[in-house]
Amino acid sequence: MKLFTVFRRKSSRQIAKDRLKILLISDRVNCSPEMMELIKNDIAQVISKYMKIDTSSMEIQISKSGKSGGNGKIMPMLYANIPILDLKS
Amino acid sequence: MSEVIVVTSGKGGVGKTTTSANVGTGLAEMGKSVVLIDADIGLRNLDVVMGLENRIVYNLVDVIEGNCRLKQALIKDKRHAGLFLMPAAQTRDKNCITPQQMVKLTDNLRTQFDYIILDCPAGIEQGFQNAIAGADHAIVVTTPEVSAIRDADRIIGLLEANEIKKADLVVNRLRQDLVKRGEMMTVDDVLDILGLPLLGVVPDDENVVIATNQGEPLVGRNNLAGKAFYNICCRLEGKEVPFMDLGRPLPLWTRFAGLFRKNSLQEERV
Repeated sequence: MKLFTVFRRKSSRQIAKDRLKILLISDRVNCSPEMMELIKNDIAQVISKYMKIDTSSMEIQISKSGKSGGNGKIMPMLYANIPILDLKS
Repeated sequence: MSEVIVVTSGKGGVGKTTTSANVGTGLAEMGKSVVLIDADIGLRNLDVVMGLENRIVYNLVDVIEGNCRLKQALIKDKRHAGLFLMPAAQTRDKNCITPQQMVKLTDNLRTQFDYIILDCPAGIEQGFQNAIAGADHAIVVTTPEVSAIRDADRIIGLLEANEIKKADLVVNRLRQDLVKRGEMMTVDDVLDILGLPLLGVVPDDENVVIATNQGEPLVGRNNLAGKAFYNICCRLEGKEVPFMDLGRPLPLWTRFAGLFRKNSLQEERV
């Protein structure tokens, strides 16, 4: 029985590690959804000066990056997906 | 050059008081003059772990409020000449003193002691702010569990925000058997997440419970936890001591091998 479970199951050590990594990103950033909305609107405004973008389907999120920061910690990263409708403004 | 060290963790019950008592006792055994301050006002426990609960007359709040002289609140340890305890008040609450008063107190003690060790209360409120106010160095204690690590991460953020630049990590209550089975995070996993320099690893050891029952710190005794705490004291004193090998997850094939040869996994180097 042990043989089967070894193949199927992720070790609880790995589960804990994965959960913590995700959890600490939101803990460290301490960024409310309202704040995220404000950041999103500001980014959209700046980009719109230079090109036509689809603000309704634009997405921003904070997630973990593979790289570590200067002090060896895993740094959170701000990702933005901004669909461009027309490169000329 | 005296040093003010705060022992903190965020989460309760991870071993702050045990670590404070053992580190303080260990440093005193090495000939240093040490004062242990219980900063957990209202829920004091360092006195019982040290076995000095029957000798309390005055406490930290009495000193701060000027009800007694500093010396009157310092309890001399039973066994070590250079070791003193300043107990917390039990019938007051954490808001009755301020961070400024704590800075004044620790500065006062710097003139008399090599090490001033503060046992910080759990949580991140006033009691925490008081305990870290005068500190040069923080020892963050955690266990290899999700909740303790999450709280430790929060504490590390707050220490940085309060400009305590020197912080080290103690991983307490590591279970070697669970680590080997891949059911507990390893020390490297914890370091990877928290990104602090490692000061020590203390294995889960029943001797800690026994020592606490007896009111005698176990640092330096011939058991795993006693050795681990002794090593922490050596590192605080600037000596380089190798970390004990407390096991790592075994590769998959050895786990299979273990199914057939039961005792093949017993070799441990500690």
